[in-house]
Amino acid sequence: MATSLTDGRSRGATRPRAERLFRALCLAAVIIPLLILVILVGDVLVRGVGRLDWAFITSLPSRKAALAGILPALVGSLYLIALTAIIAVPIGVGAAIYLEEYGHDSRAARLIELNIANLAGVPSVIYGLLGLELFVRTLGMGRSLLAGACTLALLVLPIVILSSREALRTVPKGLREGAYALGATHWQSIRRVVLPMALPGILTGTILAVSRAIGETAPLIVVGALAYVTFLPQSPMSPFTALPIQIFNWVSRPQEAFLTNAAAGIVVLLVTLLTLNSVAVGIRNRFQRRLR
Amino acid sequence: MAQRALMVVPSEPAQKPLSDSPAKFEVSGLVASFGDNEVLHGIDMVIPKCRITAIIGPSGCGKSTFIRCLNRMHELTPSARVSGSVLLDGEDVYGRRVDPVLLRRRVGMVFQKPNPFPTMSIRDNVVAGLRLTGGLDRSRADEIAESALQQAALWDEVKDRLDAPGAGLSGGQQQRLCIARALAVEPDVILLDEPCSALDPISTARIEDLLTVLRERYTIVMVTHNMQQAARASDLTAFFLTGELVELGPTAKLFTRPQDKRTEDYITGRFG
Ligand SMILES: Nc1ncnc2c1ncn2[C@@H]1O[C@H](COP(=O)(O)OP(=O)(O)O)[C@@H](O)[C@H]1O
Ligand SMILES: [Mg+2]
Repeated sequence: MATSLTDGRSRGATRPRAERLFRALCLAAVIIPLLILVILVGDVLVRGVGRLDWAFITSLPSRKAALAGILPALVGSLYLIALTAIIAVPIGVGAAIYLEEYGHDSRAARLIELNIANLAGVPSVIYGLLGLELFVRTLGMGRSLLAGACTLALLVLPIVILSSREALRTVPKGLREGAYALGATHWQSIRRVVLPMALPGILTGTILAVSRAIGETAPLIVVGALAYVTFLPQSPMSPFTALPIQIFNWVSRPQEAFLTNAAAGIVVLLVTLLTLNSVAVGIRNRFQRRLR
Repeated sequence: MAQRALMVVPSEPAQKPLSDSPAKFEVSGLVASFGDNEVLHGIDMVIPKCRITAIIGPSGCGKSTFIRCLNRMHELTPSARVSGSVLLDGEDVYGRRVDPVLLRRRVGMVFQKPNPFPTMSIRDNVVAGLRLTGGLDRSRADEIAESALQQAALWDEVKDRLDAPGAGLSGGQQQRLCIARALAVEPDVILLDEPCSALDPISTARIEDLLTVLRERYTIVMVTHNMQQAARASDLTAFFLTGELVELGPTAKLFTRPQDKRTEDYITGRFG
């Protein structure tokens, strides 16, 4: 039987309805989390912004809520992020280059890749325990910034590796061949053609991974970040605190005033995160513009 | 149908005489495969120096594989295997001590899809081969870039924007940029794999003209599935079919008086 385009009154009637319903569900799936996020951020802003002033940012913590500030935690977090990036990015990108460019057919490489994908799903507390045993105790770093950064670096490495591999994989085969056809060695083609092409993608993945580390609390607590620090870290070996730990500490106090401090602390954390991300995205876009 | 075969032959004899040219490549017993799939079943073929040799044949018959065996690009595919011998000026390119990287500096290649490096300017694209493989100072870079772009007939169109990105050029310009890039390495041979299949007729004509000039200095091997192009722009034509060399001869002769029935069927459009 020939099918007419206007055929089937029943289908004509049900399909738009089913389609509308599906659209509505998808829209709800977008709006509901967004709404929750807006409420959360709004709530934090309402409670915290009043407490937020220059003194809050530049003061040391105190037993008196009204005098307490967030400086050591803010500085600690910035140091942590910088160290984490310095450790995780070269190792992660190096591992991705190896897996994608050199070992991509070997069984060992496939096994490693599978394990890396699994590692990305391991709870962060486990990384904290590993960091405590390996960096703090065995390698004798103590409860230092460096130990914290090494632990966070381990935590973000799988994501850095996986997303860098993905970025390397998007470089067209024709460009690699173009380099080989000019008499480039494997390394020369990676260095001059593949890496520059993949850089924006690598940066994007790295930014997402490292910014995940700034909010991590559990592994830092396990590794031994202090909750009450009245000095700024002097070196990578200094004891330290970080924003989420300071916030956690304030939230767990009974007094209302400390809860307000916590809200203000969250605002600082969010602003820091957004600033770092936009700087990083800015850098990435500059590289990307070169490609057009 | 015979007229059609005649039609594609240029009216004036553009071809250079073949007799006086020494062999550049001597290929014998070349077998190439991907895994268990044998794609070339023993090719014997001599490619003369400073001539344009066109390779025609239906798609999938192994044309690309064949020219990729000439500069050892074939072996970059993980499952690829080769046997037989390919002599370049009498030296086996599959010899034990041959470095494929050095070979590829003598045997350049231009691909079907123009592939200028997107991260590089026009100038940097041209000197990419030299820069990739070692140091290159700025003044020499300009000199080499200009001469290669002149040879590729692109200089006048880009001389005012050498620092603009290479990927911003038109398709035909990009392909000539890729030819300039290959020339800058100063090879003896240029392999072209369907260099015009993504281009409009005007860009195609420019590239064909360019090749005719380049054959004074370079040995050129060009794959094409466009028979008119082979007839117009080559001295010698090879017809491949399912991994075998069916016929090789002077272009005018192959298109007017093919020796093999299969060649005749192909050039008269009866299959392929
Ligand atoms: N990378 C590859 N892996 C496996 N088989 C391939 C690959 N490239 C080409 N082939 C096979 O080799 C045969 C010849 O291909 P090719 O040399 O590209 O033909 P042509 O250039 O004449 O169209 C085809 O049958 C194709 O399926
Ligand atoms: Mg092909």
